[in-house]
Amino acid sequence: MWAYIVRRILATIPVMAVVALFVFSLLYLAPGDPAAVIAGDQATPEDVERIRASLGLDRPYLVRFGEWVWNIARGDLGISIFTNLPVSTMIAQRVEPTLSLCLITLVLAVSVAVPLGVVAAWKQGTLVDRAVMGFAVLGFSVPVFVVGYLLAYVFALELDWFPVQGYTPFSEGVLPWLENLVLPAIALGGVYIALIARITRATMLEVLSQDYIRTARAKGANQRSILFLHALKNAAVPIVTVVGIGMALLIGGAVVTESVFAIPGLGRLTVDAILRRDYPVIQGVVLLFSFVYVLVNLLIDLLYTLFDPRIRY
Amino acid sequence: MDNRPVLLEIDNLQTHFRTMDGVNRAVDGVSFSVRSGETLAVVGESGCGKSVTAMSILRLIPEPPGKIAGSIRFGGRDLLKLSDREMRQIRGNEISMIFQEPMTSLNPVLTVGRQIGETLRLHQGMSAAKAEERAVEMLRLVGIPEPGRRVREYPHQLSGGMRQRVMIAIALACNPKLLIADEPTTALDVTIQAQILDLMRDLKTSVGAAIVLITHDLGVVAEVAERVVVMYAGKKVEEAPVGELFRRPKHPYTQGLLGSVPRLGSSLTGETSRLAEIPGLVPSLKQKIPGCVFASRCPKATDFCVAVAPGLELKAPAHVAACHYAEKEAA
Repeated sequence: MWAYIVRRILATIPVMAVVALFVFSLLYLAPGDPAAVIAGDQATPEDVERIRASLGLDRPYLVRFGEWVWNIARGDLGISIFTNLPVSTMIAQRVEPTLSLCLITLVLAVSVAVPLGVVAAWKQGTLVDRAVMGFAVLGFSVPVFVVGYLLAYVFALELDWFPVQGYTPFSEGVLPWLENLVLPAIALGGVYIALIARITRATMLEVLSQDYIRTARAKGANQRSILFLHALKNAAVPIVTVVGIGMALLIGGAVVTESVFAIPGLGRLTVDAILRRDYPVIQGVVLLFSFVYVLVNLLIDLLYTLFDPRIRY
Repeated sequence: MDNRPVLLEIDNLQTHFRTMDGVNRAVDGVSFSVRSGETLAVVGESGCGKSVTAMSILRLIPEPPGKIAGSIRFGGRDLLKLSDREMRQIRGNEISMIFQEPMTSLNPVLTVGRQIGETLRLHQGMSAAKAEERAVEMLRLVGIPEPGRRVREYPHQLSGGMRQRVMIAIALACNPKLLIADEPTTALDVTIQAQILDLMRDLKTSVGAAIVLITHDLGVVAEVAERVVVMYAGKKVEEAPVGELFRRPKHPYTQGLLGSVPRLGSSLTGETSRLAEIPGLVPSLKQKIPGCVFASRCPKATDFCVAVAPGLELKAPAHVAACHYAEKEAA
């Protein structure tokens, strides 16, 4: 088990290397010049050239890439072109809102989607099933920002139940913290809920037709125990897998959601950095996101052993 | 005469399934009864409705598309009229069931102890600790070595025979009055089959349960049954005490069934004749057959058989068969 974990963590290194190369190259090839942005509209080409040289952007691709990787290997993500703050400091300042948003969304999505999927499978073909699946299609097809603005309009502006936007740190109280996150979490969770509910339903349908479910019924087990003990535990592996894969949706969606609800998180940081061509920040954030994603999926693999005794590492 | 009280009385059981192309009459008007402590075998080919009959008793047929009609009287109550809640109190408690597939009938993600303990906790209100204690006891009873260790294992750590023993332990944990065994040995090795049959016989005497044994294996029938019901195409075609049935089968289908049992060593004694078989296939259960259901495959069938369905008639003491031409013997 421990050997497996160590092996898996070591295996993330080449993955991260590929991600790093990809991110770096993409930004290198992308149009736009941070020097031009810094210099402003009135600058002469000489000014721009000078700024570019001072940022080290005039050096060859391989030299810049090598230097960046070398610094990362020593734990240094570099310094922002615009704020002159270390990228790691900027990320640290923005981590809490994004982490909060993702966690709340994850908890909300799993606790809504799994029961929905289970009930849909149990009531297969009925109105309940069709309503759940209809909702799932809706969740897939309506973009996060549409849901976000709609929710903000109805529940914040019209009904005044929640704040329209912004973020309150956890340290200032759980309730204000939650209040600010409810609408963004619902907006961000839509696609995620739809995804998990569909997989839950499909997996449950398969499990419910198994012989051991018949055995459970023959033993006199009630419907709840059949669904949530006998069946759901068997369906857990695919569900947990999709929860992990869906983390990518969360990270991607967080960027949009944070813009809609003006949450000062990593998503906003990324968008701002992209607009300003702040390469070190973009690279740092993307690298962090992919590292988290790889780590989450390792965690998911380890979770399998909890649900299925036949899986051993 | 048998004077044990009647435990289960099935009267005109009809289990039909609605399908895309018509109604499938899997069980069509079957009646039989089981006395306390008796072992009754229900035999027939695949698709004759014997498993559906077994599942119908516990109402394990999904409704819809299934539909169960008739009456199933058990201990003075008609099971078909009970609420789901009342039915759950009977399942696994007063009537329990073991299935053909020991490899897939146990839940792969729950420990053996938990699965045995579940019925005890459900029906006898035992605590988890007490249920596990009793689960160990049950494992010992069904002959599993090291029960204290096995109780914490998962089904994939057990062999097929062991798993069927676990199924039996689950079924007998609450001392049921009736055990329905649906092809309990079919999926097992021959040597293990004998062990499981012995085990069932031993436990039957110690627990005192009646057994309805569903099987297509006439060897098993001869070994354990007291009385036999022969089913064909969703109908009961013959019923007799086991010795009587093997000695004097009345229905041509039963005769065919007995004739198609391979005999060990027949090739050594110079008998090179082919294994007897019943020609043809089981008719589709989707169309109503006006005459005898076996007429299309019966060597003795006449136009009369095709036109008029034979009723079940007493042909000898305690021996009924549904055939116009089966000879009657003086009672």
